[in-house]
Amino acid sequence: MALPVECIDLRKTYDGKVEAVRGLSLQIEAGECFGLLGPNGAGKTTTIEILEGLLAPTSGQVRLFGRNWTENPRQLREWIGISLQETRLSEKLTVCETIELFASFYLEPRSSADVLEELQLTEKADSWVGKLSGGQKQRLAVATALVGNPRILFLDEPTTGLDPQSRRQLWEIVRRFQTNGGTVLLTTHYMDEAERLCDRLAIVDHGQIIAEGTAADLIDRLGGHHVVEFEVAGGADVDGVERWRSLPSVEGVREESSAICLNVREPHLTIPALLDAVKRHGHRLEHLSTRQASLEDVFVRLTGRHLRED
Amino acid sequence: MATTETATPALEGPSKTPRHQNGRWSGYRRLLWARMLELKREPEVIFWVFVFPLLLAFGLGIAFRNKPANSTSIAVVAGPGATNTLAMLQSSASHSQFQVTVLDRDAALHGFRFGKFDLVIEPREDGSYTFDYDPARPESVLSRAETDSALQTAAGRKDPVVTTSQASSEPGSRYIDFLIPGLLGMNLMNSGMWGIGFALVEMRQRKLLKRFVATPMRRTDFLFALASSRLVLMVIEVGLLLGFGVLVFHMPVAGSILSVIFLGTLGAISFGGIGLLTASRAQKIESVSGLINLVMMPMWIFSGVFFSYEHFPAISHPFIRALPLTALNDALRATILEGASLASQSGRLLVLALWGGISFVLALRWFRWT
Repeated sequence: MALPVECIDLRKTYDGKVEAVRGLSLQIEAGECFGLLGPNGAGKTTTIEILEGLLAPTSGQVRLFGRNWTENPRQLREWIGISLQETRLSEKLTVCETIELFASFYLEPRSSADVLEELQLTEKADSWVGKLSGGQKQRLAVATALVGNPRILFLDEPTTGLDPQSRRQLWEIVRRFQTNGGTVLLTTHYMDEAERLCDRLAIVDHGQIIAEGTAADLIDRLGGHHVVEFEVAGGADVDGVERWRSLPSVEGVREESSAICLNVREPHLTIPALLDAVKRHGHRLEHLSTRQASLEDVFVRLTGRHLRED
Repeated sequence: MATTETATPALEGPSKTPRHQNGRWSGYRRLLWARMLELKREPEVIFWVFVFPLLLAFGLGIAFRNKPANSTSIAVVAGPGATNTLAMLQSSASHSQFQVTVLDRDAALHGFRFGKFDLVIEPREDGSYTFDYDPARPESVLSRAETDSALQTAAGRKDPVVTTSQASSEPGSRYIDFLIPGLLGMNLMNSGMWGIGFALVEMRQRKLLKRFVATPMRRTDFLFALASSRLVLMVIEVGLLLGFGVLVFHMPVAGSILSVIFLGTLGAISFGGIGLLTASRAQKIESVSGLINLVMMPMWIFSGVFFSYEHFPAISHPFIRALPLTALNDALRATILEGASLASQSGRLLVLALWGGISFVLALRWFRWT
């Protein structure tokens, strides 16, 4: 059976100089929710728009359900549902009119009433789009994607700028679509979104995939299971942060403002040794905490930068 | 379509209602309907497309209405001869057209300079008259001739030839009759350029065009729907302005309404094509606004909307006639005022068709959906 999405060595160069995507390959299985995680400007939107057939790649191959955009554009358009990063739908149409407009483009659309109900927009059916809140607008954008009864949903930063409740509502919608057999590709720069929603994800930076796998797998491989964060004061700082690397079970060390972060496999081995070392060097421990490692730690470990530099 | 593909999710999904199949034209119909709804809900559109031209026609129609019987405004300088002068003008056969005021010399000349009087008459002690007039003002020249003639006749001149004059200010040859077809043409240009050009760039800027082409929507359906919405508006625009002219100013419509609608359609399509071309690449509404004004400016000036382009040097006429708005205005005037047949205006129709057709072809080559 053909994969919903398969792309090989995708490259996109704008104006012959800006390389937005530099040799990106990925495969998405049917029924999977796949996430492209990366900072702004990493090439996520360019990648997803190439997959959606809205941009032509400079080189590389794209296949959706075994077909390509040059030979089967109309068929593929019937099969995909998309939500762009930013679309301002007509403000003076009502929610219901907007959905029916989009429904009219597909051969076999879903009933608008069903879609509105599923996205909790029934109450707003007769409101003008211009009067909707940010979360409602975003749900409407997803509704215009779902009304065509797609096999795969492409969502570009679906929850950027939304309040926590609206984000959770959108996650629910994505999960329901997936439960009904749909495949999802989404981009995000929120790690929690990627962690909770995506079965698999690819971390994208500078137009390339720098790591790929399930969230747990990525954290396991690259983040260490746990992060031990501490601050010390006093004593001679002889050899900087590197001295902490020799503590048992430590896989990675980095300095963050005044704190030291250790990626640790087994904290119960590291912490007693850490306390000993602090005492031996005549330092004073000012702060100590441990937490589960996250995708953020993976990203920082891989790139030396945070996902959101703000 | 291969049957071995994954089952479409919603078949087992929450939608239990029987599946609805869309026909070939469902997208076009919905797009047109949505466009009409949007226009109806946009008060600015109603004002600029429908109300503004009527206001303009009404205002200009009133300002340039034919004055009662060519009246001319004369100041007579106060003095011994003033009463006699008044009596002589009163006794003239055309006394009704003189509006005479007696004033001292300074006040009379002051009023003359500010256009209140067309002529100042200064009676002399010796029974002669001095006329103060402005040779550059037609009404001043006219007033001098009329007054001179009235005074000479009153003093006993006998005209050797009998002449009779017939007033010709019948509906059909007045300024308002000239104006309304011109406004009609201008309105078709304005709404074509803004209604197509501006609307498209706005949708492009909002990423709505991109969102549409990400669906199976046929791009031609989208453009047809936009053009159709223009044609619906065109019929209303033409009907309103013509109806207004006929009802308020008793303007005669010599040609057939069908010919007028045909010209309106051709004009709307032609300017729609130019609007599409103007909007084919612009990404921002600011830049397309400038472009639209740049395209329309020459036609506002040269195409004879408010005054005849015959005022421009003859050498420029071939260029002026090659402008689409000139062709449209000339054709509308010939059809509405003179009842000219469409066949007799093939040149003008060709100009319109070429502008529209060439713009459309170029626009489709360059048009950016994203």
